[in-house]
Amino acid sequence: MPTVAPLDLEGHVAGVAFLGDVPFFAESSGLIHRLDHGHKTVEAHEGLLSCIRDDATETLLTGGEDGKVLRIRADGTASEIANVPRKWISQVAAGPQGAVAYAYGKTAHVRLADGTVKDFTEERTVEGIAFAPKGLRIAVARYNGVSLHWVGIAGQPVDLEWKGAHTGVTFSPDGRFVVTSMQENALHGWKLDTKPGAETRHMRMTGYPAKIKSVSWSAKGKWLASSGAPAAIVWPFQAKDGPMGKAPLELGTRANIMVTQVCCHPAEEIAAIGYADGMIMVVRFTDSKEVLLRRPGKGAITAMAWNKTGRQLAFGSEAGDSGVVDIAG
Amino acid sequence: MTEASTAAKPIPVTVLTGYLGAGKTTLLNRILTEAHGKKYAVIVNEFGEIGIDNDLIVESDEEIYEMNNGCVCCTVRGDLIRVVEGLMRRPGRFDAIIVETTGLADPVPVAQTFFMDDDVRAKTELDAVIALVDAKHLPLRLKDSREAEDQIAFADVVLLNKTDLVTPEELAKIEATVRAINPSARIHRTERSNIDLTKVLNQGAFNLERALENEPHFLDHDDHHDHDHACGPDCTHDHHHHDHDHHHHDHDHHGHDHHHHDHAPSPIHDVTVQSVSLRGGEMNPDRFFPWIQKITQTEGPNILRLKGIIAFKGDADRYVVQGVHMIIEGDHQRAWKDGEKRESRLVFIGRELDKEKLERTFNACAA
Repeated sequence: MPTVAPLDLEGHVAGVAFLGDVPFFAESSGLIHRLDHGHKTVEAHEGLLSCIRDDATETLLTGGEDGKVLRIRADGTASEIANVPRKWISQVAAGPQGAVAYAYGKTAHVRLADGTVKDFTEERTVEGIAFAPKGLRIAVARYNGVSLHWVGIAGQPVDLEWKGAHTGVTFSPDGRFVVTSMQENALHGWKLDTKPGAETRHMRMTGYPAKIKSVSWSAKGKWLASSGAPAAIVWPFQAKDGPMGKAPLELGTRANIMVTQVCCHPAEEIAAIGYADGMIMVVRFTDSKEVLLRRPGKGAITAMAWNKTGRQLAFGSEAGDSGVVDIAG
Repeated sequence: MTEASTAAKPIPVTVLTGYLGAGKTTLLNRILTEAHGKKYAVIVNEFGEIGIDNDLIVESDEEIYEMNNGCVCCTVRGDLIRVVEGLMRRPGRFDAIIVETTGLADPVPVAQTFFMDDDVRAKTELDAVIALVDAKHLPLRLKDSREAEDQIAFADVVLLNKTDLVTPEELAKIEATVRAINPSARIHRTERSNIDLTKVLNQGAFNLERALENEPHFLDHDDHHDHDHACGPDCTHDHHHHDHDHHHHDHDHHGHDHHHHDHAPSPIHDVTVQSVSLRGGEMNPDRFFPWIQKITQTEGPNILRLKGIIAFKGDADRYVVQGVHMIIEGDHQRAWKDGEKRESRLVFIGRELDKEKLERTFNACAA
């Protein structure tokens, strides 16, 4: 039986992550909590907007309303990566060898481990950044599409165009696809490994009743799970052309409670699904078997993360009621 | 945070428009410094001259999104979606949000954001659109920009500012011009943006329950007592200005109706916005709803605002409607009072409106 170790925080939790075996909970207030032989707290930002895990360095990267980009280590110490007074840093991304990308306004910045900073300016506001899984390359989501930039090479970006507002971006773990979330309740995908000169291959993933705030790739990128419906919508990406012409799985379907977060397991083809009422289930892709991990709580689930072994799941909500689920009990 | 506060009532949002130099910054500084016991989060395009260091002032680049639904007027402000979402993660910090737009901004996408984005709509509520007008420079602005006119046409409250810089005759003419562009706005005359803030904030202009309660120039014109009462004794507005009646009996100012030339501002050549007011008796809902849907779908791009109160036959409650371009919403508001005349009234503010057709098709919806 899964067991839940609760952690009651004050407000909205913007991100959770494990560093080693220690779960971290980043509150929108700017406080970062961790459960490391007791509950410990550091005051990182005056208002925190984003918090992600940097797998390359086993640290957290955070961006704030105070214009700071910070790297937070497992012992809670922070170092400043950027400081842009009065700008909101709502986008941060982790790259290879300690590279960090962040954005405000129309420019994406990439800071390399040696401290050099490269700027990539778009015509419209940068709404999402992701590093490619191989090579020092970033995808920047902006109005009417995505720009792909090689960080180390000066030159024209590759523009992936699709009309509309793209609010987030992710590469598939094998680097063959780029997928964006859009303002209009849809995901949009591009196939990158087409032959030079061949027609661009688009993937339209639509039919959602709400905006998609959370996407997660399964182990080896075979599936892409997404929120935005009263079920987790899981698209198949095993085939050469991705999900084109295929129907997605609908997992953990509930009558009228929206899925707000999805988080695929690091090894198995299962995903944790968080709902607007605070409930969390884990569901297996092959047979849709569901296991309840947490009963409804005080607010919508806003963040989830598995530890490396996939035995523990940390979660946070918009109301602050957070915790760690041990799935083996 | 408790469960109760998670489901807290929506945060009101006030939109401040007006040309560069009209007095927006002065008004903002007053809102931020006066002792009214409320805290405001302010979204500005540039920190500019706001001389106040306040971590709830957020700078944001105006970012217009066209929605991918084939409708050219379905635009929202992407930056507001992001900033409002960020602000609402910590809602205890402020009581209301103010959005200041640039001088040349189109107020429509700003307003539509609060109707068309589900997340924004779930947590906030558009309170009112305020337009500041520089009394001295308005004629010039109307000549060279459509935005100045749009801002007035779209506003719920117009502050006719810098009144000390013009003569009483000029001021009367300017006010008549504003009135011609927007017959349903509340107009206040001010110097140095000096206005009782209760006339600007917490207006409930988009709230269907409150929106049409106190509209002095449009809906309650038969009831002067209500009108005076609503404005209060300190009201700077001229309640009985000369063309009061004119506006209620012929709203087609754009047409330069000659039999009204005594009252109307001398033909205002730079005004392209018009308003069409419709009045009728009780309506048949089975005809009215398809009609208003069709009108907003086909004429949506030309309609800046619409507001109305409808009396449906056999319905004990007043039905109120309002719209922005193609967005329309309506609801029952309150019971008709004893002795209250059960009539239906609707005003459209926009461009290239076919008054004759609107009147004819509206009348065809009669019960």
